[in-house]
Amino acid sequence: MSYVYPYEMSTGKSGLYFTFKPENASFKAKIEELSGENIDLCFQCGGCSSGCPLTEEMDLLPSTVMRYAQLGIEEALESTTIWVCSTCFNCEVRCPRGIDIANVMEAMRQMVLRTKYDRVSLDDLTPEELRELPQIAIISNLRKLTA
Amino acid sequence: MEKNNMVTIHVMGKKHEVPADLTIMKAMEYAGHQFRRGAGCRGGYCGACATIYRTHGSYKLQGALACQKIVEDGMYIAQIPFSPAEKKRYDINEVRADDTAFLEHYPEIARCLSCNTCTKACPQDIMVMDYVQAALRGDVEETAKLSFDCINCGLCAIRCPAEIVPYNIGQLARRLYSKYIDGPTEHVLDKVKEVEAGKFDAEIEEMKGLDRETLQERYETREKRL
Amino acid sequence: MKIPYYPGCTLKTKATNFDASTVAAAEALGIELVELPRWNCCGTVHALARDDVMHYLAPIRNLIRVEDMNAEGLVDEKRLVTQCAMCYNTLKRANQAANDDPEKMEKIRGIMEKEQEYSGNVEVVHLLEILRQGGWDRVKEAVEKPLTGIKVAPYYGCLLLRPREFGIDDPDAPKIMEDLLEALGAEVVDFPYKTKCCGAYHAVHLKEVAADLSQRILKQAVEAGADMVATACPLCDFNLGERQTEIKKHFPDFESIPVVYYTQLMALAFGQNEEATAFDVNDPDPRPVLAEKGLV
Repeated sequence: MSYVYPYEMSTGKSGLYFTFKPENASFKAKIEELSGENIDLCFQCGGCSSGCPLTEEMDLLPSTVMRYAQLGIEEALESTTIWVCSTCFNCEVRCPRGIDIANVMEAMRQMVLRTKYDRVSLDDLTPEELRELPQIAIISNLRKLTA
Repeated sequence: MEKNNMVTIHVMGKKHEVPADLTIMKAMEYAGHQFRRGAGCRGGYCGACATIYRTHGSYKLQGALACQKIVEDGMYIAQIPFSPAEKKRYDINEVRADDTAFLEHYPEIARCLSCNTCTKACPQDIMVMDYVQAALRGDVEETAKLSFDCINCGLCAIRCPAEIVPYNIGQLARRLYSKYIDGPTEHVLDKVKEVEAGKFDAEIEEMKGLDRETLQERYETREKRL
Repeated sequence: MKIPYYPGCTLKTKATNFDASTVAAAEALGIELVELPRWNCCGTVHALARDDVMHYLAPIRNLIRVEDMNAEGLVDEKRLVTQCAMCYNTLKRANQAANDDPEKMEKIRGIMEKEQEYSGNVEVVHLLEILRQGGWDRVKEAVEKPLTGIKVAPYYGCLLLRPREFGIDDPDAPKIMEDLLEALGAEVVDFPYKTKCCGAYHAVHLKEVAADLSQRILKQAVEAGADMVATACPLCDFNLGERQTEIKKHFPDFESIPVVYYTQLMALAFGQNEEATAFDVNDPDPRPVLAEKGLV
């Protein structure tokens, strides 16, 4: 995916101004449709990021991913964040505006997975691992991370 | 067979008029097709003649065995002579008769959606989804018993949205069942011992000395003598 | 009381200790858990994408099986008990969608052509909910060998409590496991990470990440003075228990602590036999610690 700036920058008297370009609305609309969440409700409090147990493995914080979704920045789909999310719903519980950020993460994952993309492969597992891993682990892993 | 009881079928898009009471296989041969692949026992047992068909007016693509399914007017047919599924290599002596056998060699069964598409595709009326699920939870006996009628025709494998090959699972389960769970076939082993002990030697010697007519008579009356 | 019981794939294979102790402990309380005669994998995770239809088939089939059981007279109630936290969450959420989204149910019905119609009347419950409803005094009454002297840290994991709408208790300050453990006579040890994610399915491909998250939880439990951790989810048990060898690889100073299912502690407190407590399946083995406290 090539990165296209979704906004025009201009330097005014007191800093940078961003004007959101309408053509990037489709990405945001798609996320809203797939996740069923009202992305605009997010006011960037950072509660989700502070409660998320996987932030050390992420390049973008969950609240940043939400901001990208609001601005229609498709680069969010290239983050490690959406794949490292463990769907623990800590973010959903903490959000003061009632947004289920985990749904937004899943929507982004689905947008990529549905392009015939597998994030992980069964081929990477040794026979010993396949024998010892409980079904709950393998099944949920494949559901979340493969097409 | 009345000459005017004919139906129209399409084989790989080409139209043919064939007698109404023929099987797909016979109908295709009637129409001039020569089977080099996709035909075997012709008796519904080998699984070679997996066929996809659609009945007239229906949107559904269904599966059948060409040697068993009778043609219908408007039937639209294509064959699947071979399903290129991978059969994993394993040493049956080193595989445990539990869930690890399936998860180690066919971990893709974890992707089963319980959608039942496999069951719908099966020409043998097997509850395919149920036996894949039984394998996933390590119930080798249930998997073996439910998949008993499977003839590896491949129709389930080509339709599965999770890309599982159910018949490989059933096969592994039946092998594990007969080796580890069912136990040895005692009656066969006992009979072999009887043969080796010479129980039938005298009778065989006697029969070797008989002439053809007596042998024939003995054969034809065998059931009455029992 | 005969209640339909959905064990889930893992309880039949890797977590047989959870299955055995659940059935035994429930029996001691007069609850007969009748396993569904025919069931399939629930899918583990709920389908979060709004347009998903396919992933509802698996859980809804199981709900239909409960209705089948009723029709065949095997049980006479429509609650479904499950213990695996992921199964609980998935079945419950699918059940709600079946009731709230008639359009989706219509599509599902169309795909599941050979199934009965699902009435939407099954209620998915967790054993802890039933225990809480019945009152903790009933649990106390069944205790023959109180777990005196043992310090247990209850670990909830994620899906038993979250999302908020589907949890069995308050996700910020749960106490259902604490109440149970106290009723069993154990000393409850609180620790901040009791509701923090163990790494879940990252146990498969991101082993170090899951090991890191798990060791943080276990470290806190140890620092809080716990003798063992009680869990309610087979994936948590795997990450916190079986994967301690993996944790040790990345964190050499890691101090081992046994991890058990809460039902195993129930079976122990109810004075049930080794087949019920099934401690032989646990890794690390909790029996040395239990023996120290005179409980085995």
